[in-house]
Amino acid sequence: MKEKLQELEKEALLKVNEAKELKDLQEVRVAYLGKKGPITEVLRGMGKLSKEERPVIGELANKVRENIANELDGKKSTLEAIELEKQLENETIDVTLPGRPVQIGGPHLLTSIVGEIEDLFIGMGFEVREGPEVETDYYNFEALNLPKGHPARDMQDSFYITEDILLRTHTSPVQARTMGEYNGEKPVKMICPGKVYRRDTDDATHSHQFTQIEGLYVDKDVRMSDLKGVLNRFAKEMFGEDREIRLRPSFFPFTEPSVEMDISCKVCNGKGCSVCKKTGWIEILGGGMVHPRVLEMAGYDPDVYNGFAFGMGPERIAMLKYGVDDIRHFYINDNRFLKQYHKA
Amino acid sequence: MFVSLNWLKNYIDLDQLSPEELADKITKTGIEVEGIEYIAEKNSNVVVGLVESCEKHPNADKLNLCQVNVGDETLQIICGAQNVAAGQKVAVAKPGAVLPGNFKIKKAKLRGTESNGMICALQELGIEEKFVPKDVADGIFVFPEDTEIGVDALPLLNLDDAILELGLTPNRADAMSMLGVAYEVAAILDLPLRLPREDVHMVEEEAKDYIDVEVEDTTLNPYYGAFVIKDIKLAPSPLWMRNYLIAAGIRPINNVVDITNYVLLEYGQPLHAFDYDKFDSEKVVVRRAKENEKIVTLDDQTRVLSPDYLVITNGKEPMALAGVMGGKDSEVDENTTTVLLEAAYFDPAIVRNASKDFNLRSESSSRFEKGIDPERVKRAGLRACQLLEKYAHGKILSGIVNVDGLDLTEKKVEISTSKINNRLGTQISTEEIGNILRKLHFSYENNDEVFEVSVPTRRQDIVIFEDMVEEVARIYGYDNLPYTLPQGDAQAGGLTKQQELKRFVKNYFESAGLSETITYSLTSKEKAPLLASDEILQDAKETVSLAMPMSEEHSTLRLSILPEMLSSASYNLARKQTDIANYEVGTVFVSKEETITEQPSERLRATGLLTGDWVTHEWQEEKKAVDFYVVKGILTGLFEKLSLAVSYKPVKKENMHPGRTAKLYLNDREIGFLGQIHPQLAKDFNLKETYVFDLDLDYLMDQYEEIPNFDRIPRFPTVTRDMALVVKEDVLAGQIIDTITKAGGELVKDVHVFDVYQGEHLEKGEKSIACSILYLDPERTLKDEDVEASYQAILSRLQEDLDAKLRS
Repeated sequence: MKEKLQELEKEALLKVNEAKELKDLQEVRVAYLGKKGPITEVLRGMGKLSKEERPVIGELANKVRENIANELDGKKSTLEAIELEKQLENETIDVTLPGRPVQIGGPHLLTSIVGEIEDLFIGMGFEVREGPEVETDYYNFEALNLPKGHPARDMQDSFYITEDILLRTHTSPVQARTMGEYNGEKPVKMICPGKVYRRDTDDATHSHQFTQIEGLYVDKDVRMSDLKGVLNRFAKEMFGEDREIRLRPSFFPFTEPSVEMDISCKVCNGKGCSVCKKTGWIEILGGGMVHPRVLEMAGYDPDVYNGFAFGMGPERIAMLKYGVDDIRHFYINDNRFLKQYHKA
Repeated sequence: MFVSLNWLKNYIDLDQLSPEELADKITKTGIEVEGIEYIAEKNSNVVVGLVESCEKHPNADKLNLCQVNVGDETLQIICGAQNVAAGQKVAVAKPGAVLPGNFKIKKAKLRGTESNGMICALQELGIEEKFVPKDVADGIFVFPEDTEIGVDALPLLNLDDAILELGLTPNRADAMSMLGVAYEVAAILDLPLRLPREDVHMVEEEAKDYIDVEVEDTTLNPYYGAFVIKDIKLAPSPLWMRNYLIAAGIRPINNVVDITNYVLLEYGQPLHAFDYDKFDSEKVVVRRAKENEKIVTLDDQTRVLSPDYLVITNGKEPMALAGVMGGKDSEVDENTTTVLLEAAYFDPAIVRNASKDFNLRSESSSRFEKGIDPERVKRAGLRACQLLEKYAHGKILSGIVNVDGLDLTEKKVEISTSKINNRLGTQISTEEIGNILRKLHFSYENNDEVFEVSVPTRRQDIVIFEDMVEEVARIYGYDNLPYTLPQGDAQAGGLTKQQELKRFVKNYFESAGLSETITYSLTSKEKAPLLASDEILQDAKETVSLAMPMSEEHSTLRLSILPEMLSSASYNLARKQTDIANYEVGTVFVSKEETITEQPSERLRATGLLTGDWVTHEWQEEKKAVDFYVVKGILTGLFEKLSLAVSYKPVKKENMHPGRTAKLYLNDREIGFLGQIHPQLAKDFNLKETYVFDLDLDYLMDQYEEIPNFDRIPRFPTVTRDMALVVKEDVLAGQIIDTITKAGGELVKDVHVFDVYQGEHLEKGEKSIACSILYLDPERTLKDEDVEASYQAILSRLQEDLDAKLRS
């Protein structure tokens, strides 16, 4: 009996070893370990054995069973791994084929620039104000120290609808409106982006419609050095820490003193090139200390309050920053132009 | 304003600075130097030569063979100029010279004879044709007899000059003169000034015996000074004066005209010289012109006048348009012997009337319009007399006949060290402020830190404290101001809720695949109302048009953003950009008035335009063109994000596809539309199948509410029941969904259409719509009987209202 068990074990292990697929293994399992299998049969015939032999054979039979089962399990894992590998190989795809395109649009370049500038000034405590694009003569000119008959408000330069109503020529009326709303009683710290209109023939550098962002800060004891500090921060954030700024005296009816701000030319690093017309500097905005007449007309006492204001053109900034060579690109909406600026 | 540096050096010592350094300093201090021009950068090796002999070339009729003494040698030069002659002193470009245009002079043979250089005309030396005096325009230039032979010809012709082009802001009228620029540069560099003196030697004869002056209105003409100069000999003006005029951009004419122009540039005071004999009167009368009065001006144009303009008359007829241009009848010419010289101050506004209406912007009118220095009027007249005496053999009659109502008092402006520093954020000392005022040649009285500044009359732009702040700041240097940040109470900046929501909506459209456009607000009158949403059209009586448009194309404010978007799409299609998915957020302009008296209301709209492929053809799938439901899906997504229940109703709308257009409603209010544009309209714009939408963004944002409370995540399971219905084909899916929602009761949380079918197995005129209904009871687990009751209620309502049957 002992010999028979050992024979069976040998035979079974050989078959396990020879098995090539999982179903071969299953057959071996059924054939040797099943209820009708030879080992079960051996155990059934144990009753015929002597008391001494019984535990010896029993132990042996269980051991044989265990050995075969272990071997079966081991072989099963191996075969399963092989089979999975085969399956995965069949599932292989061409990873170099293109992915499914995702439809994603994006903002207009001007919106991005305006948004960037808004966020920058919001960070410095400014609020964002808006106002009508069709303005009254009063807010567009008179409230800004441009009385009737002033040469800078020639009928030829503005789109009038009636004698008293026109398309705003700058976003400055929003300053006057905001100050009026605040009643001369509290500080104003705002920027106002928006569309403006001038009677210009459209060409590479002129557009009858363009964008402007104006800023205004009115409070007690505002200094011109504050204007310089704020504009310097703006320029560095917008154009890079390595840009230098330069203020030059200028003239606007609504500010006194007035300034124009240049940044050092990025192309030549201030040495002089065709972009900066050999000066090393590029003009990017105008501003100054709010004219006392403007404060007065808006209900602020110029002996108590003063402030600074500035204005800039996002088109010009976009043109400088990205090298856009024609202002008309912003309004033609060529798909290829729009999509260029959807990137992060 | 063109500033010749050689001219400027007569008043101020500038030799230690290059033109570029000077330009940089001027720009930083307040007057932008827009350019530096060298009259003749490339010239070299041009000297003065004496033509010792001049004979005809043996082999060419039109050429002359000249022997020219250039000091150290005598050169044989062949010259083609008609006016060359022996005894002349001329400009000779020697072999090796380089003339403008990189023209190199070499030894050459012309028709067999050697030529060793070139005798030059002014044009050949780089002077622009339009500035070359007529008397030397057709030939070589001849120097005065006393010119030294062999010396460099370039400085004699001022060709070594650099010209600064100043871009003057309207406030700096004081810099429209060489003296004004000299004051400015002296202040910047802290250098002494050498000012001209108006020493005039007058003869015994008196001017008042020749002329009288009468001014009708001294507010329009506060000063009129008349000078009489006899025995004038008209001739070319001296070379140096011609050179300076050319450098300043004025063509030399003759000594009398050149002198008035020279003084205009030097003092900033326009002058006018009449031919006294042609003036034909002993009286100057300055008055407003009469209606329909006429004058022929120096440019040969007949001008029809009106009382809007001021004229200088001889008591009968206008002789000049005051401050703008003289009259032809009294023009100085070669026969002039007696000159009546005018030095006057005219009101800026009345001069502007004439220069604007007649489009006559002259050197003279531009100065009067901006305001001249009252203190210099008479002095400029005297300066001109001095020059006429010296360079036109004139005899100056004694006395100035004038009407004088000019106010020459200097304005007083008070400043103090502390107020200046408070405004600038600086710590400038009282001493430094005094020093700045001294550099500016402003006189002042100083008491401790307070200055009472007397502003010179040449600086008409300085009136108030702030003007003086700028003067101090710019001479102190804007570069020297510190960088500070506002010291006021810190405020939290930010966007308003509406602004944030607008950004959200724009971001949503972009994430849904649309690209933003920005189009013009001004469109043509025809396009302005095209495709405007009905609720806009109901409010807009009339489109709003410009009084003076520049073109019909941009003459009228839009009632819809769509027409310009159609044009952009059309532009793109013409360039093979066929897949377009755009949106725009912007205002349209609505006026309820037929004749505009107040600002139109500005309504914020969100519009979109889609055409071409939505899903492009890729290797693993078919392409898919944009259709109604793509666009509707985008809008539905937006409304879901905003938690707004918007409904859609089919509508027929002009220029839209009659079967593929829906009007949108929120709270029973029209909020816009969506659909395919009419194929005819598409054709007009050269477009293919195109879908658009236009939404009332103001109202949508207004109705948006921030979700107030946390919406609990359901703890109980949902139940889904499907329902396939057969209905008549004209029954809308929307009707079925509405009916289910209403009939199903509170437990119905969502109704979702998952199949629409028409065709085989169905009767003609019928269609099948399959929906899945989602049930949820937030308080407990749903019971079958609750769901079943709702389901049956829905079915019977569908049968009743829409004649719907369950599909078997």
